[in-house]
Amino acid sequence: MLGRLRGMLIKEFIQVFRDKRSRFLLFGPPVIQMLVFGYAATLEIRHIPTAVLDFDNSQVSRDLLSRFTASPYFDVRARLNDRRQIGELIDRGDVTVALQIHAGFAQDLRKGRTARLQVIVDSSVSNTALIAVGYVNQIAGRFSQDYQRERLFSTSPLVQSQLPSIVLDRRPWFNTDFDSQWFFVPGVIGNLILVMVVSLTAFAVVREREIGTLEQIMVTPIGRLEFILGKTVPFFLIGLLDTTLISLVGTLWFGVPLRGSIGVLAIGAILFILCMLGIGLFISTISMTQQQAMVSGFFFNMPAITFSGFATPISSMPEFMQWLTYLNPLRYFLDVLRGVYLKGVGLDVLWPQMTAMGVLGLVMLTISVARFHKSLD
Amino acid sequence: MRWHRLAAIVRKEILQIRRDLPSLLITVAMPLLLMLGFGYGVSFDIRHIPVYVYDRESSQQSQDFLKRFQASEYFNVMKTVDNYQAVIQALDAGACRLAIVIPVNFSEQLKTGGPVSVQALIDATDNNTANVSISYSEAVVQTYNQQIQLEWLQRHGQARLQPPLKVDARTWFNEDLESTANIVPGVVAIIMAVIGSFLTSLTIAREWERGTMEQLVSTPVTPLELMVGKLVPYFVIGLLDTALCAGMAIWWFEVPFRGQWSVFFLSCTLFLIVVLSLGYFVSVVAKSQLAASQAALIATFLPAFLLSGFIYPIDQMPAVIQVTTHLIPARYFMTIIRDVFLKGTSLPLLLDDLLALALFAVLLTILATRAFQKKLS
Repeated sequence: MLGRLRGMLIKEFIQVFRDKRSRFLLFGPPVIQMLVFGYAATLEIRHIPTAVLDFDNSQVSRDLLSRFTASPYFDVRARLNDRRQIGELIDRGDVTVALQIHAGFAQDLRKGRTARLQVIVDSSVSNTALIAVGYVNQIAGRFSQDYQRERLFSTSPLVQSQLPSIVLDRRPWFNTDFDSQWFFVPGVIGNLILVMVVSLTAFAVVREREIGTLEQIMVTPIGRLEFILGKTVPFFLIGLLDTTLISLVGTLWFGVPLRGSIGVLAIGAILFILCMLGIGLFISTISMTQQQAMVSGFFFNMPAITFSGFATPISSMPEFMQWLTYLNPLRYFLDVLRGVYLKGVGLDVLWPQMTAMGVLGLVMLTISVARFHKSLD
Repeated sequence: MRWHRLAAIVRKEILQIRRDLPSLLITVAMPLLLMLGFGYGVSFDIRHIPVYVYDRESSQQSQDFLKRFQASEYFNVMKTVDNYQAVIQALDAGACRLAIVIPVNFSEQLKTGGPVSVQALIDATDNNTANVSISYSEAVVQTYNQQIQLEWLQRHGQARLQPPLKVDARTWFNEDLESTANIVPGVVAIIMAVIGSFLTSLTIAREWERGTMEQLVSTPVTPLELMVGKLVPYFVIGLLDTALCAGMAIWWFEVPFRGQWSVFFLSCTLFLIVVLSLGYFVSVVAKSQLAASQAALIATFLPAFLLSGFIYPIDQMPAVIQVTTHLIPARYFMTIIRDVFLKGTSLPLLLDDLLALALFAVLLTILATRAFQKKLS
């Protein structure tokens, strides 16, 4: 049995590493995708293009606007003097935010009336708009508080010292600089392994079926289990190799800290790759052609990535979807990746995720192998 | 180009597609799945952020303050704990994203005046969600401050206090700041890129792999006829898919459509030609179906997903990547489709983007026919 398995493995490795192009396919795309993702995937919003329209032109209004100019979040690109210009600039997409201060702004403030800061936001990109409005509110809130304090202080110094207030003492953990690369890079590792292992495994089997070499193998003394092992072991190893490679890119190139133990990461990766082999084999049992395998792969990959918490938090998804994510191995692997990389936690925290991946992997492999036997008959 | 030869190729391709019924079903199922998946799964409306509270004082006032978090739809107070260890564990395990810690002498300090600091421990692994939760917490604190200060001033016989500044935010184009309105039109672009690349990239590669290409070449068909003939059926499928997606966007997700249908279909036609010829080009250059599918994924789906501004704002990327995005056809189409849906932009303002798409269409057609000729000789 071992001799036959060895023969099968040698054949597979030769096939996989046969020419320059297929060797490149194993390692090129993951690294390229890692680099592009690492640089392009950022949800940070800074330098929001902004226009200002100051009808008051007083010292107070200039003070308020200077807080926007000084902020890293806003980039004041235009100072206007006509309302209509706002519409033009926003329509053309030149600015996202327009701030407008009405005439009599300083007077309103002085007389104790509530003055208004009009903000117009292009919300066709809703995330940017949401964050921009948040920043505007923060800056205006601080201005408001400062102004109030000054005013109260001038009437009665006692008031100033005794006026109650709460200050939020922000303590960000794990990613203190709010670096989005630190968030995305570990996630990309999970995504890439998912896509690589599933498609390689599915294609390897379906290709033999399509070309007709599957029958040739079946008439040799190679058993079914040997065939399955021969088809999965190479991709298991390639998956591990790819994991190592892109983890290295993540750590050495992007400088994402690896705070936990490599051993825990390896256990997580092994369990996850087993799940993905199960999926890949399953897809190969339901596809007759490579085109079908590719599309079925896509039908699995796309939802698996979208509903994993890769880009947006699971807690904001519709509740029904939140329940479905418990069946998604990537969800657990992302917890492991981010946990080990950024939080530096170990098995004492991550055991539920590991168990879940182990169970899912076992179930998926069992189903696939059973189906695979049938599909060979 | 001879029409009868072209018609023959088209007929052959249609026959082939019709015989492969699963693939045909997929062309309908895939847009549906993507639409539902992204429409529901990708949401930047961050709500129900899981929160732990550690109230070290547990007075009426501290409870009153914490109720503000409970009442907010943005937070979901999961648990009240009574020691730091529990807070740390929860953040480590990802059970909460934010922990609010009230100091021991909270109400007393508020009585004697001056600022009281309340700790907000934030899991900043996901920097975007962390940022948004800070924004929301600050808003909760500011509202609470305003209320207690007002009460204090009234107790001390001060004049009524009005907030000096009020932000009057108007969001244009997507008034409720709903991310579906922003994501869903973008998904239409992604689906078109996928249909174009996935389905066509395999058609030529399959002919090479099965050896039927030699048979085709020995007929009097010219490379351009072959290309157009092979692409026409997929073009029709693509247009139908686009209509299906637009219909879903408008009637299922209730995204407003404010532009003109003529502009919409003109830009869709141009973009389809671009992605189809790109997929064709890839399949000519690639040797096997596996290589073609991987290359198509890298050449169309990923850039459309990552570098088009679909989720990640282009103006936040590093300068080099920003320049690169100009080479991505999906970038132009993404702008057009969002503007047409949400802003109702008319043709003149979109001329630049449309011209860019037209340029890509011509260039890629030339490239693909050239590559085909080279491969033959």
